[in-house]
Amino acid sequence: MIYYPLHPDAFGDDVQQEPIRAGFGRGLKVAGETNDKIVALCADLTESTQMHIFKQAFPGRFIQTGIAEQNLAAVASGLARAGKIPFASSYAAFNPGRNWEQIKTTVAINNQPVKIVGSHAGVSVGPDGATHQMLEDIAIMRVLPNMVVIAPGDSVEAEKATRAIAENGKPSYIRLAREKTPIFSVEESPFEIGQAYVLREGYDISLIGTGTMTYQLLVAANILAEQGIRAEVVHVPTIKPLDEQTILDSVRKTGRVLTAEEAQVAGGFGSAVAELLSEQLPTPLKRIGMLDRYGESGTPSELLEYFGLTGARIAEKAAEFVHNTSQYHRDY
Amino acid sequence: MGGQLTITQLQQKANDIREDIIRMLEAAGSGHSAGPLGLADIFSALYFNIMNFDPKNPEWEDRDVFFLSNGHTIPVQYAAMAEAGFFDKEELLTLRKLGSRLQGHPERERLPGLENTSGPLGSGLSQAAGYAYSLQYLDNSKHRFVYVVMGDGELDEGNVWEAAMFAGKYKLSQLIAVIDRNNIQIDGSTEDIMPLEDLRGKWESFGWHVLEIDGHNIESVIDAASMARAITNRPSVIIAHTIPGKGVDFMEYDYKWHGVAPNSEQAKAALTKLRTLDGKISFEGEGV
Repeated sequence: MIYYPLHPDAFGDDVQQEPIRAGFGRGLKVAGETNDKIVALCADLTESTQMHIFKQAFPGRFIQTGIAEQNLAAVASGLARAGKIPFASSYAAFNPGRNWEQIKTTVAINNQPVKIVGSHAGVSVGPDGATHQMLEDIAIMRVLPNMVVIAPGDSVEAEKATRAIAENGKPSYIRLAREKTPIFSVEESPFEIGQAYVLREGYDISLIGTGTMTYQLLVAANILAEQGIRAEVVHVPTIKPLDEQTILDSVRKTGRVLTAEEAQVAGGFGSAVAELLSEQLPTPLKRIGMLDRYGESGTPSELLEYFGLTGARIAEKAAEFVHNTSQYHRDY
Repeated sequence: MGGQLTITQLQQKANDIREDIIRMLEAAGSGHSAGPLGLADIFSALYFNIMNFDPKNPEWEDRDVFFLSNGHTIPVQYAAMAEAGFFDKEELLTLRKLGSRLQGHPERERLPGLENTSGPLGSGLSQAAGYAYSLQYLDNSKHRFVYVVMGDGELDEGNVWEAAMFAGKYKLSQLIAVIDRNNIQIDGSTEDIMPLEDLRGKWESFGWHVLEIDGHNIESVIDAASMARAITNRPSVIIAHTIPGKGVDFMEYDYKWHGVAPNSEQAKAALTKLRTLDGKISFEGEGV
């Protein structure tokens, strides 16, 4: 098992919070300092996506495309053909929501190392409502051959993930969130593309999360522990390629799985885990996320509560699930 | 390639390309006839006069770059590439067949010499603009040019106009677009389906230098490209008026040949007809 240090204040009242996109902004600048082939493109949301940090540092390597996401993706493809490593950013609702075909044809089939940056993903976008809460991006991006799909769990990890995809030589998608998200990792916590991490060991159920939901699973595990349920928490920042081994090892041990994502469960991360387990290790599975419906306006915290995406709500579901599946538990 | 062929030789190359296209399409049993035939003269000019490249070293760093936007016309590019020595002409007959490098729509990774993957319409200009942006602003490489061929029907796509605005804003002067203005698309005439005129005015208003030529007059194509390279403060677009199916009398002007391949009888008739042109592309009195 890979050692994964957690932030010492992760569960206190004074837990540090920061938008995941902020880590992206820092990471892109750092990546740009060491590799002058990196260029950044944005469709009129430079500060929102935190690309302004790169723009300020390297104005000559920033390209404003205007509100034109189809052009954003295909211009990035052309830049990649010219030997550049383009990061193309907008809100996830438009990029890849609006320009998926350009991404498929000119980036993915064309196999160019364009980095699609989808900010403001998930319901935690808040008051903007359903049109701006991108929930389908995991599904539509992980289905593309050649594409790497990453949903960092906090801003610290987002910085590492950004630097990693800058150098991976492949079409890649990175999913970012708008709202402040609790920081559970530290600088020394590992991040490698394609690697999942066990953040907490347990024996009764595997709580497997991606993106913003990993922190909520850690909170849920604390609550479950008080009830005598020993939950294992697995953090899966890379949705594709999926770290099958780490997931299978955990599930083989616990015999039960709950997945969580701030996205449509259908086709999303929960589906990816279900596909893996149903073929290789059929296991009782509960999937948390958006269940065939759109989001709506509200504050981020109201929406997470309303859609059952908080640690407390997930713990309730997990406890019920453990109770209902007691006959399946593999005893240790 | 450097302009070593005479106009007559270039016309003969166009004729060879047309023969290749008919043979390829007949062997494939499917594909698009009208567009590739109509583009043969332009591709003869591009691959045997206008563009600098090395077929033995497709990634040569000083090459000009060619993007095909309307990927369904790819038979004409395959034919021109084979004639130019990128690969054996024999391979042309593998078009659209399982395992072939010559996919029904171009895939860059399959065939050295292709710069992009295209098929879904409207994105080639963006890809070319991205490359041209790199040359002009990031690489300080002023002597290379980016050529892109688009269909006129694909100008219905919004993505084209996003790219047109982008290239206009950044004055991508090393970007040279060619529009195959043959007035047809799958469902009929472009002006019936979705009118494009005033096409010149549209591009001018987006900040482009517009050249308008007879796309079957190879000398005009070469001159227009030369003029476009001399325009250093704007991107250029060459509106090349062409006849769909050009060179095969029963295909010319007929939109029904847009997405159809000739059967063996039709191919035989077409090849015979081409040969009667005696190496000339334009009939007497045609062209500029």
